[in-house]
Amino acid sequence: MSSLERSDVARLAALARIDMTDQDLDRMSGQLSAIVDAVQKVAEVADSDVVATSHPIPMANIHREDVVRPSLSPAEALSGAPSTEDGRFRVPQILGEEA
Amino acid sequence: MTNWSDPTQAVRATAAQMADALEAGDVTSVQLTQAHLDRIGSVDGDVHAFLHIDTEGALATAAAVDADRAAGKDLPTLAGVPIALKDLLVTKGLPTTAGSKILDGWVPPYDATVTRKIREARMPILGKTNLDEFAMGSSTEHSGFGPTHNPWDLTRIPGGSGGGSAASLAAWESPLAIGSDTGGSIRQPASVTGTVGVKPTYGGVSRYGAIALASSLDQLGPCARTVLDTALLHEVIGGHDEMDATSLDEPVPAVVAAAREGALGDLTGVRVGIVKELRGDDSGEGGGYQAGVKQRFQESLDKLQAAGAELVEVSCPNFEYALAAYYLILPAEASSNLAKFDSVRFGLRVETGTIERTMAATRAEGFGDEVKRRIILGTYALSAGHYDKYYGAAQKVRTLIQQDFAAAFEQADVLVSPTTPTTPFKIGERIDDPLAMYLNDVATIPANLAGIPGMSLPSGLAPEDGLPTGFQILAPAHEDARLYRVGAALEAALAAEWGGSLMEQAPELSTNKVEVSK
Repeated sequence: MSSLERSDVARLAALARIDMTDQDLDRMSGQLSAIVDAVQKVAEVADSDVVATSHPIPMANIHREDVVRPSLSPAEALSGAPSTEDGRFRVPQILGEEA
Repeated sequence: MTNWSDPTQAVRATAAQMADALEAGDVTSVQLTQAHLDRIGSVDGDVHAFLHIDTEGALATAAAVDADRAAGKDLPTLAGVPIALKDLLVTKGLPTTAGSKILDGWVPPYDATVTRKIREARMPILGKTNLDEFAMGSSTEHSGFGPTHNPWDLTRIPGGSGGGSAASLAAWESPLAIGSDTGGSIRQPASVTGTVGVKPTYGGVSRYGAIALASSLDQLGPCARTVLDTALLHEVIGGHDEMDATSLDEPVPAVVAAAREGALGDLTGVRVGIVKELRGDDSGEGGGYQAGVKQRFQESLDKLQAAGAELVEVSCPNFEYALAAYYLILPAEASSNLAKFDSVRFGLRVETGTIERTMAATRAEGFGDEVKRRIILGTYALSAGHYDKYYGAAQKVRTLIQQDFAAAFEQADVLVSPTTPTTPFKIGERIDDPLAMYLNDVATIPANLAGIPGMSLPSGLAPEDGLPTGFQILAPAHEDARLYRVGAALEAALAAEWGGSLMEQAPELSTNKVEVSK
């Protein structure tokens, strides 16, 4: 049983914003399919009425007073950006050519 | 007695001995720090534990500590003792990559809380250590900057993801290091390098400024060559931090006192539970335990019994689901956490047309195969129609594993197992077989799923290959001190038999290398 087809991997990679070459897809489809087959084991408990645990240590919401505190300066916050302009992150065009 | 003017001897001391010698004026922090930098310069061309070395910064911290000590000022316990940081802790002004090409050249504008605590403890930071990219791996082969080599055998893996931190300890390049443990990334490298590592209770050490892999599993922790040194570092980095909403609002456990008590060697009344599913004597999940691993494990059990501990066998039947649940929860959380690497705010940008195409091209070039695999797997597990079947079911497994631990800890004060099923394998041996790689973590993953603390310490060398084996101790959440008491007792009993620590049996590394560029 191959649970994850090459076309599935291509679609998921597009959703995750990772370009994949044909070679990437060839190499990874088999590996990913084997991993998905192995993790199917959790399906054995999927229908049980066990409560799900999302966090290992039970905690309530954490609140603090909403007060102004020292933080990064704009220059520091922008210091790692590939491109900036007028104190902002500069990005390539957002709408596609076809839009 | 250590001759502190001999750098070769100085780097082989424990951190506790270094702290005492600094306090007594037998050595200066500049001497000690320079000795470690020289050691790094002479062996790291072969070991490649470090991605970045901060000679200037480390020596500046050391000189300031020496000046304050000479002026008679009060200093923290480990002031002047050098340390290495896993390169997923952000460090203001020092490059931080998380082992990924996508962050190559990035210099963070702020310090992680653990980085800040280490600076406040006045410890010279030698540099940043290698890891599997974004901590995804068990061998450090998935680093974007080349693998780290195990100092016990340079052809073998040093474990992962924190292979750089563990190798730096085993190569006498640093006495202390910080690691992070999401499924065993502190404990498994400790096991295969003959060193000690602790994953504290989830929330025991702030994760603010630690580049996130899987937020419900990640935990930073201390790495060292002895149980006491590990405890000393644990007390430096532990404690509540309002910058991390998952940080435990409770005092740091008294782990140093526990380590000192344990070293006295009396475990009378301590119930030690042997986890049936993890001892390797049936065909359970991840079978294939190496004979020498099982032999050294049994010998350690005998030592604990001789120290007065009561041995009981416990069963955790749902552990058979742990690996599968882990490899759903981790990729799901990682796929979300790594969405921030979008070519906009930091790191690499491969500009190709629109922002959307630029993101996809950037992530294709910046991420390695293992990261891509896990992001795709996580995207799949969280996608419509699969969520309940995969992520939802994995969360139910998490509950079952917590119930198994709760029942086991009614019968025992600590639980034990071999840390890893085998000694370190050859570099390249499992790189194309992700599933075989994942089996390294079979014994360490349950603790992360349940949020409980765990330690690995050396149990000896496997007779068949002469390579280190590790002994894992697990305790209930918040009971980290138990790890140190039992660990220190075992360490003392084994050292008495070996006539010293396991690390003293480590082979000499060639030191004639010219410094290589990093």
